[in-house]
Formats: sequence, structure tokens, C-alpha cells
Amino acid sequence: MLEVEIDGKKLTVPGGSTVMDAANSVGAYIPHFCYHKKLSIAANCRMCLVQVEKAPKPLPACATPVTDGMKVWTHSDSAVKAQAGVMEFLLINHPLDCPICDQGGECQLQDLAVGYGKSASRYEEEKRSVVNKNLGPLISTDMTRCIHCTRCVRFTEEVAGYQELGMPGRGEHSEIMSFIGKTVNSEISGNVIDLCPVGALTSKPFRFSARTWELSRRKSVSPHDGLGSNLTVQVKDHQVKRVLPLDNESINECWLSDRDRFSYEALNSPERVTKPMIKQGGVWQQVEWTVALEYVANGLKSIVADHGVDSIAAVATPQSTLEELFLLKKLANGLGVQNTESRLRQHDASFATAGVQWLGQSIVELAESDAVVVVGSTLRKEHPLIAQRLRQAVKHGMKVAAVNPHGDDMLLRLAGEVVTRPDQLVEGLLAVLKATVEIKGATCPAHIDTSHTEITDVARGVANILAAGERASIILGNLAVQDARAAEIHAVAAALAALTGATFGVLTAGANTAGAELIGFNAAGDVFATPKKAYVLLGAEPDFDTANPVKALAAVEQAEMVVVLSSFQSCAYDYADVILPVSPFSETSGTYINMEGRPQSFNGVVRPLGDTRPAWKVFRVLGNLLGLHGFDYGTSEEVRDEALAAGVEARLNNNAVAHVHVKARAAGNGLVRLAEVPLYQSDVLSRRAPSLHATVDAQVAETLRANAATLAALGVAAGDKVKVEQGGTAELVVALDARLLDQVVRISAGHPLTRDLDSAAALQVAKA
Amino acid sequence: MATFAKGVVFEGVDFDDPNSWRLEEYVKRGGYAGLRRIADEKLTQDQIIAEMKLSALRGRGGAGFPTGLKWSFMPRSFPGQKYLVCNTDEGEPGTFKDLDIIWNNPHALIEGMIIGGFTMGATVGYNYIHGEVFEAYERFEEAIEEARAAGFLGANILGCGFDFQLHAHHGYGAYICGEETALLESLEGKKGQPRFKPPFPASFGLYGKPTTINNTETYASVPYIVRNGGQKFLELGKPNNGGTKLFSISGHVNRPGNYEVPLGMPFAELLELAGGMRNGKKLKAVIPGGSSAPVLPADIMMNCTMDFDSIAKAGSMLGSGAVIVMDEDTCMVRALERLSYFYFEESCGQCTPCREGTGWLYRVIHRIEHGHGRPEDLDLLLSVGANIAGRTICALGDAAVMPVQGMLKHFRSEFEYHIENKRCLVDH
Ligand SMILES: Cc1cc2nc3c(=O)[nH]c(=O)nc-3n(C[C@H](O)[C@H](O)[C@H](O)COP(=O)(O)O)c2cc1C
Ligand code: SF4
Ligand code: FES
Repeated sequence: MLEVEIDGKKLTVPGGSTVMDAANSVGAYIPHFCYHKKLSIAANCRMCLVQVEKAPKPLPACATPVTDGMKVWTHSDSAVKAQAGVMEFLLINHPLDCPICDQGGECQLQDLAVGYGKSASRYEEEKRSVVNKNLGPLISTDMTRCIHCTRCVRFTEEVAGYQELGMPGRGEHSEIMSFIGKTVNSEISGNVIDLCPVGALTSKPFRFSARTWELSRRKSVSPHDGLGSNLTVQVKDHQVKRVLPLDNESINECWLSDRDRFSYEALNSPERVTKPMIKQGGVWQQVEWTVALEYVANGLKSIVADHGVDSIAAVATPQSTLEELFLLKKLANGLGVQNTESRLRQHDASFATAGVQWLGQSIVELAESDAVVVVGSTLRKEHPLIAQRLRQAVKHGMKVAAVNPHGDDMLLRLAGEVVTRPDQLVEGLLAVLKATVEIKGATCPAHIDTSHTEITDVARGVANILAAGERASIILGNLAVQDARAAEIHAVAAALAALTGATFGVLTAGANTAGAELIGFNAAGDVFATPKKAYVLLGAEPDFDTANPVKALAAVEQAEMVVVLSSFQSCAYDYADVILPVSPFSETSGTYINMEGRPQSFNGVVRPLGDTRPAWKVFRVLGNLLGLHGFDYGTSEEVRDEALAAGVEARLNNNAVAHVHVKARAAGNGLVRLAEVPLYQSDVLSRRAPSLHATVDAQVAETLRANAATLAALGVAAGDKVKVEQGGTAELVVALDARLLDQVVRISAGHPLTRDLDSAAALQVAKA
Repeated sequence: MATFAKGVVFEGVDFDDPNSWRLEEYVKRGGYAGLRRIADEKLTQDQIIAEMKLSALRGRGGAGFPTGLKWSFMPRSFPGQKYLVCNTDEGEPGTFKDLDIIWNNPHALIEGMIIGGFTMGATVGYNYIHGEVFEAYERFEEAIEEARAAGFLGANILGCGFDFQLHAHHGYGAYICGEETALLESLEGKKGQPRFKPPFPASFGLYGKPTTINNTETYASVPYIVRNGGQKFLELGKPNNGGTKLFSISGHVNRPGNYEVPLGMPFAELLELAGGMRNGKKLKAVIPGGSSAPVLPADIMMNCTMDFDSIAKAGSMLGSGAVIVMDEDTCMVRALERLSYFYFEESCGQCTPCREGTGWLYRVIHRIEHGHGRPEDLDLLLSVGANIAGRTICALGDAAVMPVQGMLKHFRSEFEYHIENKRCLVDH
């Protein structure tokens, strides 16, 4: 510990602290631009110059290490003079166009200039102007305003993992830009907007739509992946205008993924449904809520009466709130219906765990592991901020390995990697297991047969990492859980964890995947396998949210009655009988349980659009209409408290219900599809955010990808069009993905271009 | 081109012999004897550092930092890789001595680096050579090959159990890459931008490893010291300013070129060596140590001796030893405009005061030179300068300000004349 005095205040700080750290710890504000707690120290803006005893010149607080007995003055005459000098330099070439700048009102330069700047400039020479850059659909530029702090550059390199921005040129001619002709394509790119202290980088979707002081700020929770990023939602005139991160070190830190940040566009989409509707005689009619709900209550009652309780299924997505799921289940159960389900993308109906699947530890603990093996995940796309966490941890010594049906670059230094065919993930894991058994001199569990498994070098590499880890973790991603052999993957991964003492976890796919499990919503398995007479669909879109859209659509199309509770128009017009406009997350209170089992409740941030109603209130009315008991809730908090009455922790359990027998299968020798739900098709909101769909990620999702050998065998080249036949057909453009294995074709699932493909049918690809 | 007979760096070099640079010739005139002495007499690292300190060799790259002291900063017991780097980036206007060293006597540098590597336990060295140097670069590569073939580079050199490899690296010509940490960044393949110090290269240098960086002339002086002892080197110069030094003399003299003379030689004598003033003109001013050194008027200069302490006392610096001589016809406004343009163009752009301030300085001086000066401009220049100096990441900011301060200190009236009359005081 070192003693230091800041502005007369004595304190002790740990060795290695900078003057900035010390000042922060006593709440002394030192002006700064380039310094950021999550980025490396650049010390280039010089705004943080302070006076230090015995130093002949002012020193930058952000980069000056504290020495024992140091005395610092942050606002002495000499410090303020130095700071004011820097401020003058920053302003001489700045356009001072605050009235037309989106950053106006939330600009660090503007704020500090008010404190230091003089009203007139001594600079009367010509000002610099800088050509704007096209960084893609999300980030708008006004580069003349740039103050060269390089926060954006350091972010792309250090946090996003790939230096997509740089500062070429020298002196006054240095400019921030992307690689020539390239945009910024990181899945967490939007953070540079927050980092940019001036209006050089601003949000393109938000551009010119409001001034910051007109916006009210409301807390919320991100409704996409299982992380549960904390949000500050900014609203004006009952509309969500912008979404920013709310700092939470144990969850999203100060970051958001682009999906978290820009999906809000969907909330204001013209595709919103705002009136209850009933289809009568093939014609849709807007009706009052009472009429619609009467219709639903009567319909459900008569289906139960005519066809029995098993003829109805209630289906929801993991983006539904805990309260919604709880009441929908209660409603269904009240009618005697047990078929409720939200695991719509699961291919393997036999895969179930004894309790709620979860990370097996907290997110922070995961990041503190010394070895992590990721199994079956496009981590950067499924869980962008988990990938970011691991990237930082790798710099501090964590070893990360992957067992995946693809070789996507995680933008971190992988210590080991096994790439398999999509139908051979189990075999890839078996090889790692066999190698681990050998390293540990242990015996393989009886339910797993590795006698036909060969240990490969890469498998041994992963095994070594796992075996050497003192705090190792094995985590299953969405591809693993959605795999046709998920139960086997789970069994081998669990055996690996048991053998090595690693923590075993699941990266829950949706915002409330864990919540649905917790309240026992997942009771039906595949609800579309044997078509029902009636479906109640809460937010679920059979064509996008399901493992097999062809079968799911067929099921709802043949049903006698389909009740759709949704915020959006969709092809439900074709198959539904009733459409009830319910609130997206922004218009209702609710709770999500994230991958670490943490319930996070939030309030609505704007009032429901038009006649939209929060779904939990809709179920409350329906319950009462159906004469069911226990639907007299005053608030959603009462619903939540009932849903969580038994607690969460005790229900978290990744163990299999029963041992699954696993044995290696020979690899198929035909084409095999890697069906991955792309980043911006994960849920109803991201699906409808236009800016996200203008990204490179969205474009890649539209292609069929394969390695060079496979393309050659198919007689096609990148850029060609191909016709895919798998039950139905799809026409896609070809792209190269060099890291896939031979005969693997990567075709998006849950995507409009591939919705006619039946994932269970045989696959053929030919030049179109 | 000329050299003083008792010079250290060019000792025995025959500038008329096209093969004088070769290893064979270098050995004939006593080359690699310093290295052999280490092997034969089993000199220890401490003994060499003691000789270096005794010699009062001061860094020839600009700052004049005592080399022996710098070498003693390298962590001795560090377990990993350590590096040695030579700075042949020579880009300061007026300086052209290092080019001459790698052209005429490359093995002096190579031997100096091997000795440095041995002394500091660094087994890999790099020589970063300015990007606009081509033939000399190739010759240096050839010299390395010669040394390697002769067993002076490689494993177990002269049976001392010491390994040293040396590589040349071609820069791209940016002045900033001469700043030692920008040089390291560039050597690592990144954009050449100075690092904030601390940490200093001795603890966090090339690839984050302990590194010592010296100027070409500094290393090239080392063999002499090891061969003849620090005392002998010290006696060549004067106390605290040991040895001889190369002066690159340019400007209005009859015989511009490099002159290796003892430190402490009166300036008047050096001027004589360079053939005196061109066309019999009167000496007006001298920039005694490269373009960043404050200018000194003739009368002060004529009373100076050429060493670090004397020039510092006169209010300037010996710097790299580039002596820019200006005669009575020189317009100081125009001279400063040219100097300021250089720093404006060469600022790396990383830190605010230098990026913004060098352009401001240049534009104001440009305005004055072109007849648009205002009376308040001179104070503005000094104030802007004061806001740059001492507030930047590296010394380029100071280097840009010192010429301005020097000119306004000694020749302010000429600037005032220019502003008032919208023309030069002198005809040129
Ligand atoms: C802007 C700038 C440019 C420099 N250029 C050179 C150069 O070209 N050659 C050089 O030897 N030192 C140069 N230096 C000094 C180096 O940073 C460093 O101090 C020197 O190489 C150390 O060697 P020495 O101790 O042997 O003098 C420069 C410094 C600055 C601030
Ligand atoms: S664009 Fe913004 S974040 Fe990037 S260097 Fe410029 S001011 Fe800093
Ligand atoms: S905040 Fe310290 S130099 Fe920028």
C-alpha cells in the first residue's frame, strides 16, 4: 500500500495505482477524455494534467503511477492552467457545431469546455475538416469533431478483439478510420458510440431523432440472450428512442451487444399490432378486448370439451416474462391442459435435466475460471458479451478451448480446438473424454462407451487444458442444446466435468430460458410433433422460433383454433383465429431470470401502444373469464412473488434426469447442414430491427457457406446461387467458410430465406 | 567529408579506400580487439560498466545522457529475453553523421553492440535504420554478414559462452520513429508513436522486455573505450564530456560535412575546420545541436566550446551535434518558418498539445513571413509554445517549441520588423 495525498486528502492505495485511480477512490474529479476504466492507458489527450510535488512539469494523472508519499493537486493554479491549455488546443480545430450535433448535451468536450474554455478563440487560422467515414448501418460519423482520443480504436482492438478502427496519418492529418472500403462489423460495435467523448461517432438509427435533454431515462433488462444486460432505455413522447447500457459489473459491465442496443427499432415498427382481431368467415375484424377475450375463453372451453385437455398446447418463447409464463401455465393447468412448452428450438426431445439449466456459477465466476471449454456455440453471436468476458480473461491467463461444429474465430487466443461435423459433436467430445480419462488415469463412466473412439491430437490438446485447470468450466452453447443429440452431448460433457472437477454450465439461450424452466413451463416436449386442435402462441412464431418450421407451421395451420398473443404482424394472419396485441418488454413490468439464475425485474418504460395490453394482465382477465381460481392479482409483483415462492437456487441443477447411454456413431458421408440461428433472428425484436438487418452479420446469415473442397465438389463458387432442397427448397448465395469441415453446409435456421426447409429431411444442394 | 585524426568512431578509417569499411580492414586497424579483450581478460559486466562510467561517454542521440549509467539500469537478473536496440533513424534536420558511420565504419557499431549485448545480457539486437537510407542500409546488412561469418555474431562468441544476434531493420522515414519508444513500436510492426513513460524501456521495452536503446555514434564509441580504457577516452574530451564527437556542419560554410573532434573544442576552431564562412560573409547565428536546439547569436557562439555543458550554459543544447551555420543574409523569420513546418509535418498526432499546437505555431509564423503578422502574434507564439512544452508524451513537442523560443529571445526585433513592414529585414 502507498500513501498519497490528493488535494490535501490523505489516503492509501494499492501499489500499481495511478493518480487517476487514487483520485477516483476519493471522488476527486480529474477531467479526462482518453482515459477509460476498461481500456488500456493511452495518455494522449493530456486533459488530466495535474500538479505533482517535486515534478518540474504537470503530469497526466491517468498514466502516472502513485509513489509513496506523493502529493497531488488536481485543481491548483498550475494544474488548471495546464488543463485549460489542453482544452484550448482541443477546441481550435473543433467545429463547435454543438447546435447541430447529436452529442450536444451529453458531450464531455462540451461539458468541460464550459468550465475551461474562453468565450473567444485566440485561433484565427483555418480550421481542419475531416471527411466522414462509412462505418456501416449502426455508427454515424462526423469526423471533424474527433479529438483523437483513440478510445474507439482501443475498444475494437482490446474489447471487441479485432482492430477494425485505426488512426492512420500523422499529426494534424491523422484520422480515425476503418480498413479501406470496410465497415465496422463487430457484434458489439455500438459501444464505440458511448465511448466517443464527442459527437464524432453517434448512433445512426438514433440520429437527429431527439435531444438528450428531452429524453427520460428508465431502467430495464435486455430481452434477448441469457445474459440479461442491464439497460437504460431513453424515451420521449411514449416512444423508446434509444437504448444504452446501465453499468452492472457482474453482468454486462458497461457494455451492450448491438442486439441489446439496436433491437429497440422494432418497438416502433409499423408492423406493430395495436388492436385485438378475430377472423370471421376468413376475414379479419378489429374487435374490443372484451369481445376477443370472450371468444378465446369460449373457444378454449369448447375445444377441451370436444377433444380433451391434451388437444391444446400453450407455446411461448423464452423472451416471455416470468409473470407471463407463470400465468399462462396457471391458466392452461386450470383448464386441465398440461401441454405448455418454450423449448421450441430443441431437436432432441429426450434432453432434459433434473432442474433448471444454468451457468453452474455466476458470470463473474465463469470469468475467473482458469480454463474454459466451450461446447457447441457460436459464442460471439449467441452470447456476444460472454465472448467479450472470456477475451479479457484470456489476457490474464485463462485458457479457452472449443469443441464446435464450426471454426469461427472467437477473436481471442484459443488454447485448443476440436472442429467436427455438425452430426459428430458427440464424437468430438468423446475423443476429449477418452483423452482425459487417459491423462487422469481414471476409468470412463459405465454409461459412456469410448471403445470405438480414437484420440486425436486436438482432442488431447483440449483434454490437457481441462485437466490442468484448477478452476475449469465446461459450458454448453445454443448449438449444443439445440443439437439432435443434445442428451448425448450433455452426458459426455457432464462426464468430462465430473472427471476433471470442472464446473458444468449451460449458456441459456433466451432472456428467460431459466425462468421458463423454473416455473415448470416446459412440460410438453415437441408440441408440433402430434398436431393439436388448438394452440395458444405467446410471442412464438412457428416459422422462426422452432426447430422445424415446416412441421410447426403445418401443425398450426391444421389446428381448429389458434390464439396468437403478439406485438407484431406476421404470417399469423394466415393460420390464427384470434390475434391479441400484447406488450413487448418495454411496455410491461416483468422479470427475467438470466443464465446465472439471477431474477431481474423491470418496469414498463413506455405505455402500451394503442390497445396493446401487457400479457400478464390479459391472462388475469382470461383466468377470471374462465372462472378459474387465483387470478386476482393486483400487480405483476404479486405474480412474481408467487412464481418465485420456492426460491431459485435450490432448483438450479444441470444433472441429467437419468443416465443416457452414449456410443460413438460413424460419421455420415453425405452433405450435412449446420443449422444455426443467426444473431439477428434470435427473437421477435431483433428480427424486426432494420438497422441490424443492414449489417454484415445479417448478410452472412443469408448465404450458404461451405469450405473450398465442398464448394468444388458441389461445382459452385462463392457468389453463385444455389438451390437447396430439404423437404422444401431455398435459393441462397454461396460464400466461403474455410474453417468448416468437408461436406458441411452452413445454412441459417429461423430465417425467412430458409423457412421452407425441413430440418429432418434429406439435404441436396445444386447450382441454381 | 573530413575527420579528425585522433577520432574515436572513425579511427584509422581511410575515406578514399572503397574497402576501408570491410571487416578485414577494420580488424587491421584494431577492430574487434575490444571484444577480444573481453574474451581474453575475462572482463566482467561490472568492469565494463565501470569503464563506461569512467569514460564520461554521453549519448550521441540528442539528450546527452551518460551511457554507462543507462547501461546500469538494465535489470541484471531478469530471467527472460532482453534486447539491445540501435537508433540509426537519424531524421533531425542538420544531422547526417550516423549515415556516415554505417557507411564508412559499420563494424565499429557492430562491435559496440556486441559489447553492449554482453554487458547487459541481451542476446538479440536490432539496428533501426532510417527509411530514406538505401545503399548504406545494404552495406550494413553486408557488414552483419561479415561479422556473422567471422564468428563475432551468433552462438558462443569468441568462446565466451555468450550469444548475440544482430538484425537490421529498415524504417519508413518518419522523424518520430527516432524517438526511442516510437522506434520500438515501429520495430514491433505497429504505427510509430511514442509510448508514455514510465515504464521506461529498461523495464518495458521491445515486446515488453527490458531494452536499452542507444544512438549509432554512442555504440560506435564503445570499442575504443573497451580497448583503451575509459580514462583514455575521457582524456580525449573534457571532464563530464568524454571523447571525441561527430559534428555535422551545414549551412553557410565553405566545407560542410562531418568532423570528428574532441569535445570541448572552441567553436571558432570547428568553424575554421569547416573552411570558415562561405563568401566571406559574417556569421549571424548558429543552431548548435540539430534543428530543435535554440539558435544562438554569433557573439555567444564564438565564446562557446563544443561540448554538452558549455552549450547548455549558453542556453541551447549540443543535441545530436548538428551545427547549422547562418550568415548575415539569413532571414530568421523564414528560417523559423521552415523549422516549424518540419515539426508540424512530423508530429505524430497522438497527443493533443503537439498535434494541435505545432500547426498553430507554423501557421502564425507562416502568416508573419507572408506579411500578415499582427503585433500580438509574438506573445501568442510564446504562449502557445508554453502550452506545448512539457505537456506532451514525448520530446517532439519541446523540440518544436525550442526553436521558436530561441528565435524570439535573440532575434525578436527582426520578427517585429517583419510584422510592421511586411518584409524581411535582410535581403535574401
Ligand atoms: C522526436 C525525437 C526524435 C529523435 N530522433 C532521434 C534520432 O534520429 N536518432 C537518435 O539517436 N536519437 C533520437 N532521439 C533520441 C532518442 O529518443 C534517444 O534518446 C536516443 O536514441 C538515446 O540514445 P543515446 O543515449 O545514445 O543518445 C529522438 C528523440 C526525439 C524526442
Ligand atoms: S472518433 Fe471519438 S472515440 Fe474515436 S478517437 Fe475520435 S473522439 Fe475518440
Ligand atoms: S485522460 Fe490522461 S491523458 Fe487523456
